[in-house]
Amino acid sequence: MRKMKKVVCFGLISAMMLSAFAGCGKNDSASAAIKIGGTGPLTGGAAVYGNAVKRGAEIAVEEINALGDIQFELKYEDDTHDAEKAVNAYNSLKDWGVQISFGSVTTQPCIATSADTYADRIFALTPSASAPAVTEGKDNMFQMCFSDPNQGSASAQYISDKKLGTKIAVIYKNDDVYSTGIRDTFMSKAKELGLDVVSETTFNTDSQNDFSVQLNDAKNAGADILFLPMYYEAAALILAQAKSMSYAPTFFGVDGMDGILTLEGFDTSLAEGVILLTPFSADASDEKTVNFVNKYKEKYNEVPNQFAADAYDCVYAVYQACKNGKVTADMSAADICDIMIAQFTSMTFDGLTGNGMTWNTKGEVTKSPKGMVIENGVYVGLDK
Amino acid sequence: MEFLSNVINGISLGSIYAIIALGYTMVYGIAKMLNFAHGDVIMVGAYVCFFMTSRYDMPAIVGILLSVFVCTVLGIVIERLAYKPLRQATSLAVLITAIGMSYFLQNAAQLLWTSNPKVFKSVVGNGNIEIAGGLHISYVTVVTILACLVIMIALTIFTGKSKMGKAMRACSEDKGAAQLMGINVNTTISITFAIGSALAAIAGVLLCSAYPNLVPTTGSMPGIKAFTAAVFGGIGSIPGALVGGILLGVIEIFAKAYISTEISDAIVFAVLIVVLLVKPTGLLGKKISEKV
Repeated sequence: MRKMKKVVCFGLISAMMLSAFAGCGKNDSASAAIKIGGTGPLTGGAAVYGNAVKRGAEIAVEEINALGDIQFELKYEDDTHDAEKAVNAYNSLKDWGVQISFGSVTTQPCIATSADTYADRIFALTPSASAPAVTEGKDNMFQMCFSDPNQGSASAQYISDKKLGTKIAVIYKNDDVYSTGIRDTFMSKAKELGLDVVSETTFNTDSQNDFSVQLNDAKNAGADILFLPMYYEAAALILAQAKSMSYAPTFFGVDGMDGILTLEGFDTSLAEGVILLTPFSADASDEKTVNFVNKYKEKYNEVPNQFAADAYDCVYAVYQACKNGKVTADMSAADICDIMIAQFTSMTFDGLTGNGMTWNTKGEVTKSPKGMVIENGVYVGLDK
Repeated sequence: MEFLSNVINGISLGSIYAIIALGYTMVYGIAKMLNFAHGDVIMVGAYVCFFMTSRYDMPAIVGILLSVFVCTVLGIVIERLAYKPLRQATSLAVLITAIGMSYFLQNAAQLLWTSNPKVFKSVVGNGNIEIAGGLHISYVTVVTILACLVIMIALTIFTGKSKMGKAMRACSEDKGAAQLMGINVNTTISITFAIGSALAAIAGVLLCSAYPNLVPTTGSMPGIKAFTAAVFGGIGSIPGALVGGILLGVIEIFAKAYISTEISDAIVFAVLIVVLLVKPTGLLGKKISEKV
């Protein structure tokens, strides 16, 4: 028994030493690829988003590496949409030697990791964490997606411009910063534009099943447009329950609604006529989108959503900035960070999710959302 | 009018809580343990039925029967592997094991079936029955209430009259004495779990027929709400589960409709606290006096 222990001890020690040396080896050789790392929910309830981002980014990295110019190495760590795990995942990326961060996929974890990337002076660009708290007060944190306030005010503006309805009802999710963030700016913009919000109700993760009260309230108030700032799982239930009580207003969603059509078993006729503002549509016919959608379908056997497209754009935006700023793989993360900040605040980027994107010093992106309507089970652009 | 429609919505929601609570209370009443994995057995039942009806286009009845079968087997296996070795351990150890089992099932489901949400096809159709001008009650609600009543009556008769039922009650009162009287305690508890899990399968199918969003965590929140309902009605009491479930649903909907959608859960749980302060054993709970 004692001998056994010795053997185990020796084994452990040698393993430790080996790994220590292995670490040295990596640092010395400084492989020619720039290391990009991000965290996201690869498992767990929000895994749809994490995997979409990872896959979208992988496709872009493959394409760029094939060009033979700047080389990227991409690594995604699982955070299961949990802020604490995201910080751990980020730390293991740091051990790996990450030089540019993609932050985290979802908002809460990204708020946590952005504090760390800020402290560590690692440049971060999140594909999809949209709350203002993600970028607030951090000069090296940028977003590829719209920030929540942008989505809320853009939605109100859109409804007002297109005269989609006169009486508006809002249902939002009160324990989700994404939902409340959009709702807040929507409401203030709606007030400014003189839109008539007749019903405002809410739900949370625990009561995400039954919407009878909220829908009744909207119906009784005579709302002819129902604004749904939320992700598609809840929206799918709302659509079904509205139908069963024969209430048919115009449903208006935001980018979280994207994905509803690929929901397995979902009766797409329920989503007929749903309008949503989203920067990306897999049905668009421009060359870039077609190329990306085909590659994604071929590789992963599903249609990419907006998250995948945002991640794809992230890689290309970083590529453009690296190229213009002459970033090389042997630079330290802090040096790269300074170059990237200078590049991002001055460059214009064309990607899948918009043309002529620019970033302000707060890290927020400016791009124009596209209105989409669901017709016969596919997204159709409202304004070409 | 609006009041009545809220009552109906409350009953619809409550009937779902009730049918889940029946399984909870049944297992608690006999085995004296809180099976926190109950909500996740519900989820497994719903997935089995989903695959049968949506992927393989089987008739609903095949899906339901198969999911009852799978859940029954699963319940027995869980009991044998996770709970039986802890029969002599403290109840806290068993409780923690049950929570672990719950996480295990959720994560296993995620590995097997991914976390992509699926939309469950209702086993009874999506229609409504019009009771009076403009008042609708959905098929699912009607079926759920009927199922609750049938299960409640069957369970009451079973535990009251049958030999097995009597053995169960004996085990519940005193395992040691029951064993001395020649009752096989292990088999009895296994059968309790089998029945509880079969009920979970039915509850899962009805839960997802009413609220068709199916993810690996589908069962956990309704499970906790149903547990609350069971405590509300008096845990261990079979009619109590039904009463507690329906009342919880009605209170929840009323709180949402007349007070605020924002704090409805707080109100529901505040009511629970008040009830437990006044009547610590729940609405229909029995007061058990220990004889020394």
